[in-house]
Amino acid sequence: MEEEKIIEIKNLSKQFKEVKAVDGLNLSVYRGDVFGFLGPNGAGKSTTIRMMLSLIKPTEGEISLFGKSLTKHRNIVLRNIGAIVEKPDFYGYLTAFKNLEILGKLSYTDVSRKRIMEVLEFVGLEKRYKSKVKTFSHGMKQRLGLAQALLHDPDLIILDEPTTGLDPQGMKEIRELIIYLSREKNKTIFLSSHILSEVEIVASRMIILNKGKKIVEGTVTELLNSQDIQVTVEVENIEKAEQKINESKWKEKFTTSANKKMFFKLLQEEISELNKFLVENEVGVSALVPTRSLEGYFLSITEKEK
Amino acid sequence: MMLTLIQIELFKIFKKWRTYIGFIAISLLVTVIQVGISFEGSRTLNFMTRNLQQEFVFVGNFLNGYLVSQLILNAIFLHIPFLVALVAGDLLAGEATMGTYRMLITRPVSRFNLVTAKFLAGIIYTALLIIWLAIMSLSLGTILFGTGELMSMQSDAIVIFARGDIFWRFLYAYGFAIVAMSVVSSLAFLLSSLVENSIGPIITTMAIIIAFFIISALDVGVFQAVEPYLFTSYIGGWKSFFNKPVDYSTIFKSLMVLGIHIIGFYGLTLYLFKRKDILT
Repeated sequence: MEEEKIIEIKNLSKQFKEVKAVDGLNLSVYRGDVFGFLGPNGAGKSTTIRMMLSLIKPTEGEISLFGKSLTKHRNIVLRNIGAIVEKPDFYGYLTAFKNLEILGKLSYTDVSRKRIMEVLEFVGLEKRYKSKVKTFSHGMKQRLGLAQALLHDPDLIILDEPTTGLDPQGMKEIRELIIYLSREKNKTIFLSSHILSEVEIVASRMIILNKGKKIVEGTVTELLNSQDIQVTVEVENIEKAEQKINESKWKEKFTTSANKKMFFKLLQEEISELNKFLVENEVGVSALVPTRSLEGYFLSITEKEK
Repeated sequence: MMLTLIQIELFKIFKKWRTYIGFIAISLLVTVIQVGISFEGSRTLNFMTRNLQQEFVFVGNFLNGYLVSQLILNAIFLHIPFLVALVAGDLLAGEATMGTYRMLITRPVSRFNLVTAKFLAGIIYTALLIIWLAIMSLSLGTILFGTGELMSMQSDAIVIFARGDIFWRFLYAYGFAIVAMSVVSSLAFLLSSLVENSIGPIITTMAIIIAFFIISALDVGVFQAVEPYLFTSYIGGWKSFFNKPVDYSTIFKSLMVLGIHIIGFYGLTLYLFKRKDILT
């Protein structure tokens, strides 16, 4: 059975005077995906999200959500979407509860007092429901932002930089929340973030955007396997090791050294081969640590594009 | 849904401190004017009727709540527009300043409904402000000065209305004032859709009104030619209700011009807002 497309973007572009913020973007997000939307600052991530939520109008292209055109069925599709766009802002002069009550009334769903308290409890703000939002810290506003996104129990949750300004504990909690919503509640999550390690942990599929264009798309595993791995080799005799390496084919893979550590960029299958080479040449290896992260991949890809 | 949206907008308006500035200012304005007149009242009345006292003898309580309330209605030329703009100029720009546009527009409510609800809430606020002006003027005026006949000064005549012939005139005059001030509200609302800070629309609304009054007052050919097209030329139309006979054709024309301005400003706001990219 074919997977249900929750988001389908075709040839999407947005021109702001001389700047083309998004340029011919195509992407599909399927039900149950935690979709990572990556890119450096100014890549066009927020512009794309704003177009998906009808905050700004595309110059060209088509956005379909739940199989329906956003242009033609805006109000119907938005009923099933919860979103945080950049930093969540609220009416500071109203309480957390009143803010959610207002947003609930605007959502065309029966958002009861019980439901409001439920989501406040879910994000850990139940004790502050009577407090005015202007007294909230940034982290608390971020949590309230998540609460308003979940308020009407939408199927699709769009999170634009949801951990911005949070402390490590707050970031961890948001990460856990995303995993919970995806696995336990079967929500589709569209996650834009510049914190790549965060996306690496939670996302099932992702794209990398740069200068408004898609550079690469795939599952996180696919993308990680297609890149060189940085390998740190700790040796007993650095001079001897460097000499042997410089005389061999490994010279090209060797990047730098510091103290007793040598750094290589290798493919997965080359790691054991290098270890064998060093041992055969009587270079004592005390440690061999492969480091593989989306961050490295992201940087290498966006650097190439510069 | 529209009713819910208007309720929400009114709730937000009346949860803001700035909303009450208008009601407090009107209370102070009315009190200060009426207390002032109560001290200087006889002299003021003598000054107003100085040219007529040689030929007429004035008998009765002419310095009463009605006369004072009629004088205070002149506040709608400048004071009340500022108080109206204070809230109407914040209706859309305030959302941009707070960053709450994003939260509102990502909800399944059309921009048409959103703008219309805010516009109507602004009109309701304006109406409440004028009603408050009416209540304050008439009630405090009656307490301080009592009631009596209303003496109305016209360019070429003095008209005295009997007690039973006054109240409906005030009712209509305040109704007219609501329409006149709704133009100010609509203008401030339009300007509010163009910027992301409410100070701009408030100042610009007042600047436009003052500029239009200056244009109307100057005896220059070009200005005289444009004067009939300025909405400020029709704000004082309420005075016609205190003429004898009431010139309904002039009042109807004034209401038509003011109504066209209200619809025009609202329509333009809607047109611009529907095309607006929300970048805040």
